[in-house]
Amino acid sequence: MATKIFKHIQTSVVPLPIENIDTDQIIPARFLKATTREGFGNNLFRDWRFDGNDNPKADFVLNNPNFGGKILVAGKNFGCGSSREHAAWARADYGFDAVVSSFFADIFKGNALNNGLLPVQVSEDFLKKIFDAVFADEHAVIEIDLVDQFIKIVATGEQESFEVNPYKKACMTNGYDDIDYILSKKELITEFETSK
Amino acid sequence: MGQTLFDKIWDAHVVSSNEGFPDILYIDTHFIHEVTSPQAFDGLRQRGLPVFRPKQTVATADHNVPTWNQHLPIKEELSRYQVDMLTKNCAEFGIELYGLGHPFQGIVHVIGPELGITRPGGTYVCGDSHTSTHGAFGAIAFGIGTSQVEQVMATQCLLQQRPKRMKIEVNGKLQKGVGAKDIILYIIAQISAAGGTGYAVEYAGDTIRSLSMEGRMTICNMSIEMGARCGLIAPDETTINYVKGREFAPKGEEWDKAVAYWKTLYSDDDAAFDSVLSFRAEDIEPMITYGTNPGMGIGVTQHVPETASFEAKEQGSYKKALEYMGLHDDEQLLGKPIDYVFIGSCTNSRIEDLRQVAEFVKGKHKADNVTVWVVPGSKQVQEQAIREGLDKVFDAAGFPLREPGCSACLGMNEDKIPAGKYCVSTSNRNFEGRQGPNSRTFLASPLTAAASAITGKVTDIREFLKEKELV
Ligand code: SF4
Repeated sequence: MATKIFKHIQTSVVPLPIENIDTDQIIPARFLKATTREGFGNNLFRDWRFDGNDNPKADFVLNNPNFGGKILVAGKNFGCGSSREHAAWARADYGFDAVVSSFFADIFKGNALNNGLLPVQVSEDFLKKIFDAVFADEHAVIEIDLVDQFIKIVATGEQESFEVNPYKKACMTNGYDDIDYILSKKELITEFETSK
Repeated sequence: MGQTLFDKIWDAHVVSSNEGFPDILYIDTHFIHEVTSPQAFDGLRQRGLPVFRPKQTVATADHNVPTWNQHLPIKEELSRYQVDMLTKNCAEFGIELYGLGHPFQGIVHVIGPELGITRPGGTYVCGDSHTSTHGAFGAIAFGIGTSQVEQVMATQCLLQQRPKRMKIEVNGKLQKGVGAKDIILYIIAQISAAGGTGYAVEYAGDTIRSLSMEGRMTICNMSIEMGARCGLIAPDETTINYVKGREFAPKGEEWDKAVAYWKTLYSDDDAAFDSVLSFRAEDIEPMITYGTNPGMGIGVTQHVPETASFEAKEQGSYKKALEYMGLHDDEQLLGKPIDYVFIGSCTNSRIEDLRQVAEFVKGKHKADNVTVWVVPGSKQVQEQAIREGLDKVFDAAGFPLREPGCSACLGMNEDKIPAGKYCVSTSNRNFEGRQGPNSRTFLASPLTAAASAITGKVTDIREFLKEKELV
C-alpha cells in the first residue's frame, strides 16, 4: 500500500527537553480504545497538555502558540515503554513528520518508521545545540534531509549526519511498505513451510 | 565457532536474508488481542488480503475486559465495541478466538504457555510488548506494533534486523522471601530501563536454572522493561515437563521428535555474546520501585536516592518523578502507608503466584486502609485456584479473587487506581498514570505485595519469615 513519500523537510520545531518520555505519556492507555488509526493527535501528551477538567495547561509546550512545526525534539530515551503504535499514530496525526532525540526506544523506532515518521538520532551535544537554538529563537528552523542523511540548524549551518536503515530509507523515499516487500517473496515463504 | 541459543532459533526461521535488508523471519504463532488488532484487520481489508495462516493465529480478549461479572454485557461502551470488533474480525478471517466465557480465555501471555502453544525453539509475536514472556521456554518472542501485526497476518512473516546478543548470568542462592520478580527488578535497577536496548537477552546461571517455568516467565516478561528486544532461557527438564501433556503440546511420536530437537537448544560453550553481565543471587533483597520507570528500584530496606547523586542533566527528570510519586530525597519506603494492592498481570498472575500468596495470607486479614484485588491470569488459573480452595482463603483475608484480564496493570477497564493513591503492584510498569490518571505505583513481588496488604504499609517480607519459616 502506498505510503507518504519523505525525502526532505525544513521547518520550525517543538522542543520537549524531558528524558525517558514513555509511551503512556505520549498516549495514555485509556485512549487506546479506538479501532481506527485517525484522531489520536488530540490525545497526544494528553495528561501533560490538559488538566483534569480538560483545560489546556498553559505551561506545556504544545499549548504555547510560539512553538510549532513538523519536528518534535525530545530528550534521551524517547518512546520507552509499550509497543503501542498509537504513540506513532498520535504524533503523525498531530502533524509531526520527524522526531529528534539522542536515543530512541527500540519498538518505538520501528513503529515510527512504519508510519512514515522519521526518528532522527543525534548526539547529546547536537541535541543540546538544537534546544539552545530553539530556546534562543522560537522560530529557529531545522532541516532534515533523508536522502543525504543529515540534520542541520539552518541559522548557524551546524549539521550532523544520522544513521538510518538502508531498507527503511528506500521504503520512505519511495513510498512503499513492508507488506509489499514480503509479498513479493511469497514463494519463498511457502517453500520454507514445506521444508519444515 | 559455536552459536548462541538465540541464533540457533533465528537461523531456523529465516525465510530470506539479503545484505542491507532486514531478514524475513517466519513466525510460528501470532497472538492477537482486542486493542492492537482492529487497525490491522482494517488494513487487510483495504489491501483485499486474507489472513495468510489463520490456524497459526490465536486470539483472546484481555486488555479491556471487566474482571467482575464477566458474564454480563460489558458496561463501558468503547471496551464493548473493541471486544465485539475482535469477535467479528476473527469470524470473518477464520481465527480461533478464546473470548469472554471461553474456558481458555485469559491474558495472552498466560494462555499461550498454559495451553502448550508456546514451545521451545518457536517464534512468537503479539501486539504487546510483554510477549517476551514466552522466551522463558527457549523461544524467540517479542512485541510488535500494529503495522507489524498486519504484516504477520498478511504473510506469517516479519521483517526483522537480527539484534545483538547479551547474556545475563545470576548465580548463587537466593535469600528467603526473594523470588523471580525480585531478581528481574534488581537486574533492571542495576542496568537501567534502557540497559538492554538493541539486545536479545539470554538469562543463565544456576539461580535462573533453579526457577520454575512460572518464575522464568516472570523474568523474561520484564526483559522489555530494560529495553531488550526479547529475553530467553535455554530449555531443560523443567521446561519439557511443563509443556508435556498440555492441550496443544505435541503428542506421541511428534512429542519424541520435538523433545529430541529441544535438547539441541542451548548456547554452545564457545558462542560469542556482544555483552555478558553477571550478578550474585545473595546480593538481591526483596525489591520495590519508587519512581516512574521500572529501572527506579531499590531493596525494600534502602532509601530513595538523593537528587544530588545524579548527573546535572538527569536531575530534572528525577525530581519530576519523585514529585509525581509524592516522595522526597532519601525517603525510606519501608513503613509507608499504602491504599491498594494489585496482584495480577502477565508478570505475576499464574497459579504458583496465587498459591504463594494464599499460603502467606492464610489466617491473616488485610489492613483496613487497603483495597486488594487479586486478578488471575486466565480462566484456567481461576478455575484451578477455586479447585484448590484458594478463593476461600483469599475471601477470608479480604482479598477477593476476581476474573481474568489485564485489569489494573494498565487500567483500561474500570480497575483503576485513583489519583494520588499508592498501589503496591505485581505488574510490570510504574509509568505516570499507568494504573489510572495520577496513580502511584510501587512494583514488587507477590509476597511483598501480600505482606504490604496485611500491614497496610510497605513491608519487608523477611520480617514475617523470621517469625515463621515459610517459602
Ligand atoms: S497484563 Fe499488562 S503488561 Fe501484560 S499483556 Fe496485559 S496490559 Fe500488557
